[in-house]
Amino acid sequence: MAQVVIANRLRDGIVVFLGTNHTWVEQLQDCTPSESKEDGQRLMDISQEAADQQEIVDPNLIEVEKRGQTWHAIKMREEMRAKGPTVREDLGKQAGN
Amino acid sequence: MYQYDEYDQDFVEQRARQFSRQVERRISGELTEDQFKPLRLMNGLYLQLHAYMLRINVPYGCLSSAQMRKLGHVARLYDKSYGHLTTRQNMQLNWIRLTDMPQILLELASVEMHGIQSSGNCIRNITADEYAGVAADEVEDPRIYCEFLRQWSSLHPEFSFLPRKFKFAVTGSPNDRAAVKAHDIGLRLYRNDQGEVGFEVFVGGGLGRTPFIGKLIRDFLPTEHLLSYCEAILRVYNQLGRRDNKYKARIKVLVHETGEEAFRELVEKEWEAIRDGTLSLPEEDVALIRARFAPPKYEDLEDDTPSLESQRAENPGFNDWMDQQLAEHKQAGYTIVNISCTPIGKPPGDISSEQMESVADLAETYSFGEMRVTHNQNLVFTDVRKKDLFSLWQDLVKVELATPNHGLISDTICCPGLDYCALANARSIPLAEKISTAFADQERQKEIGEIYINMSGCINACGHHHVGNIGILGVDKKNTELYQLMLGGSAKEDASLGKILGPGFDEDGVVTAIEKLIDIYLDLRKDGETFLETHRRLGDGPFKERLYSAPS
Ligand code: SF4
Repeated sequence: MAQVVIANRLRDGIVVFLGTNHTWVEQLQDCTPSESKEDGQRLMDISQEAADQQEIVDPNLIEVEKRGQTWHAIKMREEMRAKGPTVREDLGKQAGN
Repeated sequence: MYQYDEYDQDFVEQRARQFSRQVERRISGELTEDQFKPLRLMNGLYLQLHAYMLRINVPYGCLSSAQMRKLGHVARLYDKSYGHLTTRQNMQLNWIRLTDMPQILLELASVEMHGIQSSGNCIRNITADEYAGVAADEVEDPRIYCEFLRQWSSLHPEFSFLPRKFKFAVTGSPNDRAAVKAHDIGLRLYRNDQGEVGFEVFVGGGLGRTPFIGKLIRDFLPTEHLLSYCEAILRVYNQLGRRDNKYKARIKVLVHETGEEAFRELVEKEWEAIRDGTLSLPEEDVALIRARFAPPKYEDLEDDTPSLESQRAENPGFNDWMDQQLAEHKQAGYTIVNISCTPIGKPPGDISSEQMESVADLAETYSFGEMRVTHNQNLVFTDVRKKDLFSLWQDLVKVELATPNHGLISDTICCPGLDYCALANARSIPLAEKISTAFADQERQKEIGEIYINMSGCINACGHHHVGNIGILGVDKKNTELYQLMLGGSAKEDASLGKILGPGFDEDGVVTAIEKLIDIYLDLRKDGETFLETHRRLGDGPFKERLYSAPS
């Protein structure tokens, strides 16, 4: 199972994912989930550092899977965060705002 | 309407400036998240699924046009141009940036608003009958006492770290529109046989994980003792309420575990020591606050308004709206108007910035610049001249706020659920949308009559599912949303809790199940019975049997 770190950006609360080179990206599709289980601790260490630097809050490792060409969170709750509210498709990441 | 005095205003402004500095310190790293979190929560700022969420208090549901206009402006400028009316008569904004908070709080303070005590283990926003001060059936205006409670409970040093959150509701009418028996303390003003006005005091009601109907702890409390008696209750709770287990920390568990009689004795003993002290409410103070809620200058009008008849006859939409949305006013020639914020197929309680601004304007034109937020997530104009109703309706139609569904099946109560809330197990808004769509037909809704469907996305029960005539609770079963149904709840003076009917349903299944339950009710009801009355006469039995045996 692939995994990725999800968090909220401190300044605006927006959901972000840990991308390559220790950057935080807004779209799940823009990061490269790690396929290796052992990578989890390393990703969380990087995230903790970002939390200590006031960049993000509440980092968590979540499981994702590829369906077709796109990544999806396994848990409903995280999929909701990765997309936006299902009742307002004009808002959130699904709408690019 | 109550207006801040200089102390109130100064306090709220100071608090806004204080929080601005705390935000600065958080962003600079001087405060860690663990240190900052309780501070932001004390100002009503949560971190939800998508962003920060700000809960703004609307004390006992009363809003002025200026305040509503400001909420519309704040939502547009700092959020995504909409807000959500909650079951605590508050407003929530879902997409707030932390860095905007200092400015937002100053904007809100400029119209006497804030988010203080909208979170945390303290006394929360006090809720009240949405028709307070104008209802024909009212004994006395509960807002006067809500205001005393607001002042007493704001930053009360002894009650800022209670075992758990604490909620009050107050009504001044025999017809309970404030769900007083579902609150930690519920108060009902009434006149006793001697002609004196006092409170029935219910304690230990509440929903959530362990639902209870409030117990009548005192059947007559003279109004001058309101604060000292509430202080006594809070003291007993503060000392004896459990702090070892958050799920057992609400006062309802204490009352239940101590026993009603023993709890009453503890309160009375505590009260004896303080009852005639500084918390007594002298008549002069009551008169002062009462004057702040003085009725507007009503015109002398005939109650009979002949023009309405022809307007109704010529406009079926207006006729439907008139049938549903009005309530009787104290003053001849005036009426209370319910404004639905639960349109067919849309999220209950969501209101756009444009609608907020329009409603603010309309309240100025038609209702002395005042309105109310209801715990059913709708709005109320309290003082509308009957002769203006047609014109008001036409204006409401233009801003899509004229849905004629007050008290009907499509007027559901619904919490934000998994679409927004970090604690949710399942979505609730899509269900509300599907149910209202399934029952959109006005004639069918009228045939079904009065019924309340309440739904929550988790056991915390913000959507009051236990006291819905039909309650829906969303659960997460192996990463799939599942919905449990319960029947027979009521939030009114005849309060009762619904019980789970049987195995749950998936999202589409639950809508079909509700349609079947309604068919069963229509088949079984006797003349004029509401859904609740039929259920009370027959119990779950026939509903359960026919729902689960019917081929799906
Ligand atoms: S009931 Fe649960 S899901 Fe709904 S708003 Fe409350 S905490 Fe969130």
